[in-house]
Amino acid sequence: MSAATLELASDEGRQIAHPAPAESPLAVRELTVSYGEKPAVFSVDATVPAGSMTAIIGPNGAGKSTLLKAALGIVPRISGRVLVFGQPLAQAMHRIAYVPQRASVDWDFPTRVLDVVLMGLYRELGLLGLVRRQHRERALACLERVGMAEFAGRQIGQLSGGQQQRVFLARALAQNADLYLLDEPFAGVDAATEKAIIDVLKALKAEQRTVVCVHHDLATVTQYFDHVLLINLRKIAEGPVATAFTAENLQKTYGGRLATAHIDQLKLPTV
Amino acid sequence: MLSAFVDALLLQAGYNAALVAIGAALLGIAAGSGGTFLFLRKRALVSDAVAHATLPGVGIAFMLMVALGGDGRNLPVLLLGSALSAGIGLLAVEWITTRTRLAEDTAIGAVLSVFFGFGIVLLTIIQTMASGYQAGLEGFLLGSTAGMLFADAVVIALGGAISVAFILVLRRPMTLVAFDPEFAAASGVNVRRMDLAMMGLVMAVTVIGLKLVGLILVVALLIIPPVTARLWTERTERVVLLSGLIGGFSGYVGAALSASAPHLPTGAIIVLVGFALFALSLLFAPVRGILAALIRRREFQLRVHRRQGLLALARNEAIFDGLTLSVLRREGLIRQDAVATEEGRAAAAKTLRDESRWAVARELYEDAAESARYDGLAPIESVLTRDAIAEIDRRLGPPAPAS
Repeated sequence: MSAATLELASDEGRQIAHPAPAESPLAVRELTVSYGEKPAVFSVDATVPAGSMTAIIGPNGAGKSTLLKAALGIVPRISGRVLVFGQPLAQAMHRIAYVPQRASVDWDFPTRVLDVVLMGLYRELGLLGLVRRQHRERALACLERVGMAEFAGRQIGQLSGGQQQRVFLARALAQNADLYLLDEPFAGVDAATEKAIIDVLKALKAEQRTVVCVHHDLATVTQYFDHVLLINLRKIAEGPVATAFTAENLQKTYGGRLATAHIDQLKLPTV
Repeated sequence: MLSAFVDALLLQAGYNAALVAIGAALLGIAAGSGGTFLFLRKRALVSDAVAHATLPGVGIAFMLMVALGGDGRNLPVLLLGSALSAGIGLLAVEWITTRTRLAEDTAIGAVLSVFFGFGIVLLTIIQTMASGYQAGLEGFLLGSTAGMLFADAVVIALGGAISVAFILVLRRPMTLVAFDPEFAAASGVNVRRMDLAMMGLVMAVTVIGLKLVGLILVVALLIIPPVTARLWTERTERVVLLSGLIGGFSGYVGAALSASAPHLPTGAIIVLVGFALFALSLLFAPVRGILAALIRRREFQLRVHRRQGLLALARNEAIFDGLTLSVLRREGLIRQDAVATEEGRAAAAKTLRDESRWAVARELYEDAAESARYDGLAPIESVLTRDAIAEIDRRLGPPAPAS
């Protein structure tokens, strides 16, 4: 995104309290994804509102990550459509930043923290563009935002799990996108990292950007997110936390796996 | 022997030897840098399937040329044939891996043996049908440098230059795909195409290396240099660069060595030079080497023993561990009879103080990065700021008198 668009967005942000719901940043229609002949996501319709912090919630194996990957075109879909800001994926891909699961890469790879963040600039640098000082400074600024600037020169394997997750987030920040898709960003991280990540995500939201997280910790949903999408193979519910994140919907999503006592502890909004 | 080797190194050992040395160096550079990406993608063995799959192409190209009334030994045409059949082998591996439930190692094994077997059948037929030809195609198995022509060296130089240019252009997406294919896909990189490009690169190197080192050994030139380079650096571009240098060095020195004595097989000597570099690196590389790891472990062990010994002294416990005693003695912290010296008592009191400061710090910074950096050994001054320590001391109260 160019600096001009950025400026425009923040100008609007100041003037209008509730930005007009233009095109949804991410909408999927009748999306079905399958590994082999067993669907992982079946005919899901979902619309992520612009400027929202949306949690995708569901039990293990419910297709949360798969939904995200299908929306990005990383796994092929059997049927359905994906619209990003009202456009087909291929035309709007550059407006998305993606944070994969930490476990999906080899952390012994010969690369430093700063190099990983610079990977976020790939779309800008292209094949032959040289990495200049301004690029390095921007990457460092992204590391600064997640509190990892002092680790810029480290080999990535020398970081703790939480630090690795923050580096991944910094790489996504470098992409300067309008839509952030994160796959379990809070999985297995320390409390300091969890706080650092949520602060950054809330700052993104304050900049009118949209954040979607696959999330597994039901206890923090009301605290972190304003929108939820409950899925278990099919879509169970979607909507604002206040109306969709209810005991009834959770029971439908998790079935017998979620004890009633557990749900009671969540202090859910009463309908 | 030595003077012959020096002559060969200085390209003074005759025209053919000089051609071979330069060709081998160029091939080594292309193979080392090109093989790096496949190694980083953890698919190094695909190159083995590709190499073996070249053989049927060589045979078929030869037969076609003879059938058309030609000589059959035209190198560019033979290489073109080998590239075609290697490409088919490559696609076969790719197809088996993505379209069936078989894993890549199975696909590699199947393609490698079937193509190689078919190639050997063709070579045998060629030997019987054209006995007068002395085709010399066996040279493609282990490499032959005897009849190396200037044109052959040009083929290697051109192919190598194209490969290096290719690496220069695609290094960024290839690195992305090797490190994090999902992120690469989400960044708009076509992962499948990039994988094919990596393997195409390896295929090109294999084909131009056929004449010199042969299809069985060319794999070593693709794998050994990147593995060696990885031991020396933590950055992708440097692994690529260093790997090219190591490959080039192995090629040049190996070729010179084999030229310095009669009947030394060039390809095999090149591979052995590469292996020697690998073995040296594995032992002596500064961080990832075996020796460095041993030294680090020993230093860590001594630090643990020192700390435990000092804590035991501070708590007036007897020390029985021989290593602990010798560590403390060596530093003059205890006397021969294991009684603490003046210095030892001071150090012990300081260690105890450090330990209790850490206990407070862990409570204070529960979950925070600061307490995550506690490893039981680092003095707290090396982790926390002076202000933070002052705060901890305030909570601890005045230091206990050293006794």
